[in-house]
Amino acid sequence: MATPVLRWCCLGRRCVFAGIGGGSRRGRGVPTGSTSSEKRGQSSVAQQPLITAQKPRKGEREWAAVVGLEIHAQIASNSKLFSGSQVDFAAPPNSLVSFFDASLPGTLPVLNRRCVEAAVMTGLALDCHINRRSLFDRKHYFYADLPAGYQITQQRLPIAVNGRLAYSICVGKRRSQMVTRTAGVKQIQLEQDSGKSLHDSLRSQTLIDLNRAGVGLLEVVLEPDMSCGEEAAAAVRELQLILQALGTSQANMAEGQLRVDANISVHHPGEPLGIRTEVKNLNSARFLAKAIDCEIQRQISELENGGKILNETRSFDYKLGCTVPMRDKEGKQDYRFMPEPNLPPLLLYDSRSLPIGTDPQQVIDIDRIRERLPELPRVTREKLVQQYGMLPEHSFALLNEVGLLEFFQNVIKETRAEPKKVTSWVLNTLLGFLKQQNLAVSESPVTPSALAELLDLLDRKAISSSAAKQVFEELWRSKGKTPAQMVAEKKLELMQDAEALEQLCRSTLEAHPQVVTDVKKGNPRAINKLIGLVRRATLGRADPTAIKEVLERQLSS
Amino acid sequence: MWVRAVWLGLRASAGGRRGFSSKADPQGSRRVTAELIEHLERLALVDFGSQEAVARLEKAIAFADRLRAVDTDGVEPMESVLEDRCLYLRSDNVVEGNCAEELLQNSHRVVEEYFVAPPGNISWPKLDEKEPFSHR
Repeated sequence: MATPVLRWCCLGRRCVFAGIGGGSRRGRGVPTGSTSSEKRGQSSVAQQPLITAQKPRKGEREWAAVVGLEIHAQIASNSKLFSGSQVDFAAPPNSLVSFFDASLPGTLPVLNRRCVEAAVMTGLALDCHINRRSLFDRKHYFYADLPAGYQITQQRLPIAVNGRLAYSICVGKRRSQMVTRTAGVKQIQLEQDSGKSLHDSLRSQTLIDLNRAGVGLLEVVLEPDMSCGEEAAAAVRELQLILQALGTSQANMAEGQLRVDANISVHHPGEPLGIRTEVKNLNSARFLAKAIDCEIQRQISELENGGKILNETRSFDYKLGCTVPMRDKEGKQDYRFMPEPNLPPLLLYDSRSLPIGTDPQQVIDIDRIRERLPELPRVTREKLVQQYGMLPEHSFALLNEVGLLEFFQNVIKETRAEPKKVTSWVLNTLLGFLKQQNLAVSESPVTPSALAELLDLLDRKAISSSAAKQVFEELWRSKGKTPAQMVAEKKLELMQDAEALEQLCRSTLEAHPQVVTDVKKGNPRAINKLIGLVRRATLGRADPTAIKEVLERQLSS
Repeated sequence: MWVRAVWLGLRASAGGRRGFSSKADPQGSRRVTAELIEHLERLALVDFGSQEAVARLEKAIAFADRLRAVDTDGVEPMESVLEDRCLYLRSDNVVEGNCAEELLQNSHRVVEEYFVAPPGNISWPKLDEKEPFSHR
């Protein structure tokens, strides 16, 4: 693949892409535009160059990319948006389909209250303005998995508008610093999902399963405030965590509960925005950033080679690792939006405007929903940092893994060890072992109680930290024994007998006069040799720092 | 069938004023171009067939255009005749479904409880290659 090298940096506000060229990208001339002035002097990350450079060309200017996202999240509800058939991921084909879902004549949509509440909760969590009055529309297009020939959505007046999604990314040389970015939320709307098509190219037919047809979706439209794949992926991840914390969607990308389309364009900083393409089929968290960056790279290459970007829809091909034009899209789609004639406007209330004497089942009070909002990830993380003094990166890591936070909190409850120790053991040791064997937290052979007990032993200085690691490994491999039992069995307890330690040190010093002379001469590494000898003599049961202390005292006397 | 086509055509031209996306004629023009006919036929899968049908469409548009004589400055558009009605909210319970057999009976072809459809979308033939519209 002779694709030109493209280096980019996340500098300050935006990710900036450099054109073709070998060698260092600094000092290549000042980029134009006001946004660039903020970038100078800030720490930058030089990413690995993608592919070996071609012949450097003269006079390239920097590129900036603009990424907007349309995210569809399946609402976690028992029944569908406009019908009473069940919402379930795996069921026999067409078994969860009502007459309305199959678009049989004479059926009408009836709005699901839970879906409206889910939309309001999500809108409040994203700081949106909730429209007290919103409308439903029909969006027409023909496809076999859309039996009605139209999708009921909210094009003119959606349920929530003008919000914000704050997310964090790692910047800095070692990617150790976390900075917060914000993407604007243009709107959130309720809409129907379509059925599933299984393409059988062998027999030249498509098999249609309508189980998914009519399931409620929340479409979250993010403004084009992101500038590279990494930012987009981080924003999606944070939205995922928010939806999961709210319970409005399980947001599992692998199960198709969260789907992302990206609108991508490139331009030179300071110049007007370029033509954008829409990239669909970004359904894997792993490939999201990669796909977006690939498309950005493709657009830059195309423009630098004198080509033009078409306002088209593309699909990410996982096998090829790049975007390809989507077939079946002839020119610009005309969806002929019209108001949904069978649904009156959706009216929402708050504590002030709530009409008296109405059936509570039939009205939705935004203030009540706001009161009952679950704790958002952002708040949970802040609390962790406040309460346990951990770094923001650690709070992110704890929330990033399903069940890890709960594990951590259970250990904290049962141990007397310092929170910092617990954080370190959970994030480094436990998580390390889990990742190595690709296990979920729920599958951990080491329980929170076991880890708590182990950390207590360590805290009491009953064992050394290396012994603790050994015990952890043993706990991981074989169940049924408590840490205390293992320590006793393997005789890993730290020597508590100070007298015996003194004896051992003295005898070691006497047995190795040459090393003692080295130490007295000022060789700094000689003392480590002595420590090692004592350790071996104690069969690893003495704390190295204690040994060092005793030795130094004895040597100086 | 053509009645529905006319109704949709009315929507297309009236919608142009309210900001719906459509390829409606510029305001005031009564002529319905061949491109517009082709576009509508593709979108709505209808067949205008004859010049007579197109003439009827133009007459219908002219008839509806008389609405423009009404001064609607400062008047909120009515989106729906249901705008004073209450939108009923249903509880989130599972009360339907489980009728795959019944639904599949409606389909001409079925493979193992799946509906069978042609691959992708059938592309609408261009203006010069058109044949009379036939039901599948």
